[in-house]
Amino acid sequence: MTSGRTYYLMVLPALALFLLFHTFPVLQGVYYSLTNYAGYGRYDFVGLDNYLNLFQDSRIWDSYVFTFQFAVVSTVLTNVIALAVALGLHGRIRFRNTLRGVFFIPNVLAILIVGYIFNYLFSNSLPYIAEKLGIGALSTSILADPDLAWVGVVILAVWQAVAFNVIIFLAGLQTVPEDLYEAATLDGAGAWQRFRSVTLPLIGPFVTINMVLALRNFLQVFDHIAALTSGGPGTSTTSVAYLIYNGGLNGGEYAYQTANAVVFFICIVVISICQLRVLQRREGNI
Amino acid sequence: MSTSVLRKAAPPRNAPLLRPSSPRVNWWLTALMAVLSLTVLVPLYFTVVTALKTPDQLGGSGFGLPTHIRWSNFSDAWNLTHFPSALLNSALVTVGAVVLTLLTNSLVAYAIARNMHRRFFKGLYYYFVSALFVPFPIIMLPVVKQTARLGMDNQAGLILLYVVYGLAFNIFLYVGFLRSVPKELEEAARTDGAGTWTIFWRIIFPLLAPMNATVGILTCLWAWNDFLLPLVVLSDPNAQTLPLVQYIFQGQFNTNYTVAFASYLMALAPVLLVYVFAQRWVISGVMRGSLK
Repeated sequence: MTSGRTYYLMVLPALALFLLFHTFPVLQGVYYSLTNYAGYGRYDFVGLDNYLNLFQDSRIWDSYVFTFQFAVVSTVLTNVIALAVALGLHGRIRFRNTLRGVFFIPNVLAILIVGYIFNYLFSNSLPYIAEKLGIGALSTSILADPDLAWVGVVILAVWQAVAFNVIIFLAGLQTVPEDLYEAATLDGAGAWQRFRSVTLPLIGPFVTINMVLALRNFLQVFDHIAALTSGGPGTSTTSVAYLIYNGGLNGGEYAYQTANAVVFFICIVVISICQLRVLQRREGNI
Repeated sequence: MSTSVLRKAAPPRNAPLLRPSSPRVNWWLTALMAVLSLTVLVPLYFTVVTALKTPDQLGGSGFGLPTHIRWSNFSDAWNLTHFPSALLNSALVTVGAVVLTLLTNSLVAYAIARNMHRRFFKGLYYYFVSALFVPFPIIMLPVVKQTARLGMDNQAGLILLYVVYGLAFNIFLYVGFLRSVPKELEEAARTDGAGTWTIFWRIIFPLLAPMNATVGILTCLWAWNDFLLPLVVLSDPNAQTLPLVQYIFQGQFNTNYTVAFASYLMALAPVLLVYVFAQRWVISGVMRGSLK
């Protein structure tokens, strides 16, 4: 059958390129992770040494703790805020399209550049305002405080990510039939009750997709760090992606960081599968 | 429907007495949403006023209007960052990535969607889509070596990588859409003697228009705003894109914040301008992607 052959011709170039630029690098990463390659020069096989060292390296542990803490906090905040904004935009308001357009703006802007703007706000404007208001704790830059710098990263990340999630939630809210609200109202359900028992169950799939996508994106956090803190102060905001980049390409730890990447990959796959399972089961129960 | 009116925030207790379809506007909610939208607008306002100031006006909270406008911030930033070259590179990479992605990814998805009953194509579908679980930082280090070795550390290499890495999500979108496209049209064309290529370009590709818009918008935003891929792949300073240039020149802006902000504003302006005019189209495109 000739049309059958045509279909193969259509996909084979894509398959070849995908193998070359996606699958092959994954395998190559695994290969390098078993060596002591510095990114240049000769190298030898060292077995699982890199992996064993990873587990004893506090830099690595710190980066995982920071990344997960950041990702979980940002995911929850982003989704709660986005759902609230989407409910507001879905209400009986004027200028709906304009407001919706405004809330979506952060999604079209480069995080790195927005990050530089926030950097200035955190370092100069916020301390000045805090000082005028007499809030001593905030009168120095939060980005210079090892305990608070991560909050700045969360604020930037949430500010940017809410935009996208609002649109997904709005799409979800439009799938809820209006008569269900009317029926619930006639049964005497209050606003909160209607939200709990009508809206939330019906937009379940959209909550799932938002949680999964947001967590997945936040776990890869890189641009935010580059623009706000460069991983500091100290190493307090060094994310896994930032560490892989910095150690692997600037720090002569090429092989070591490919091992880190392999471990990170396994983490992400496990988390994604768990998350989909849990969220889908919860959806099924409601 | 964007015009559907739902009662959400605290309707009066005697709500059933009101006509359910009455288009009464909740002004309190409108005001609340307008105030909330300031969280988005204030940083943008801050960027504009800072870019217009002279350095000695910078003190204080920085939210005041400029008393004296310094237009030369823009020309300084323009020269310092080689703005025209960066703009051209960003535009080239973005247009290249969008056009190639639309032409190729839709074709691959079509071949897969029409052969899902065959083991090879079904396997291929799951193979591509499973790449969604492999974030870029994981393959970053090997990819850097590989692109350098293949002489792809330039704009063309960047375009190719966007097209290939977009496959996972785009195949997912296109195949979902193609499943709802009836096969009768194609079968009719086939009995009239049209080949598979003709059928795709003449019948299927035009039918894919809504999905093409979605994929085009998402690819465009990604390629235009991306920082990590250009950072690790590009080696020639003349190939740098707009976000990358901001990063490279961060050290040279030093404490010259007004010039830095002029540079940020110029880097953000193109996409903001396009967005102002294409706002509804962009949002509906993104929404369509989420409904698949």
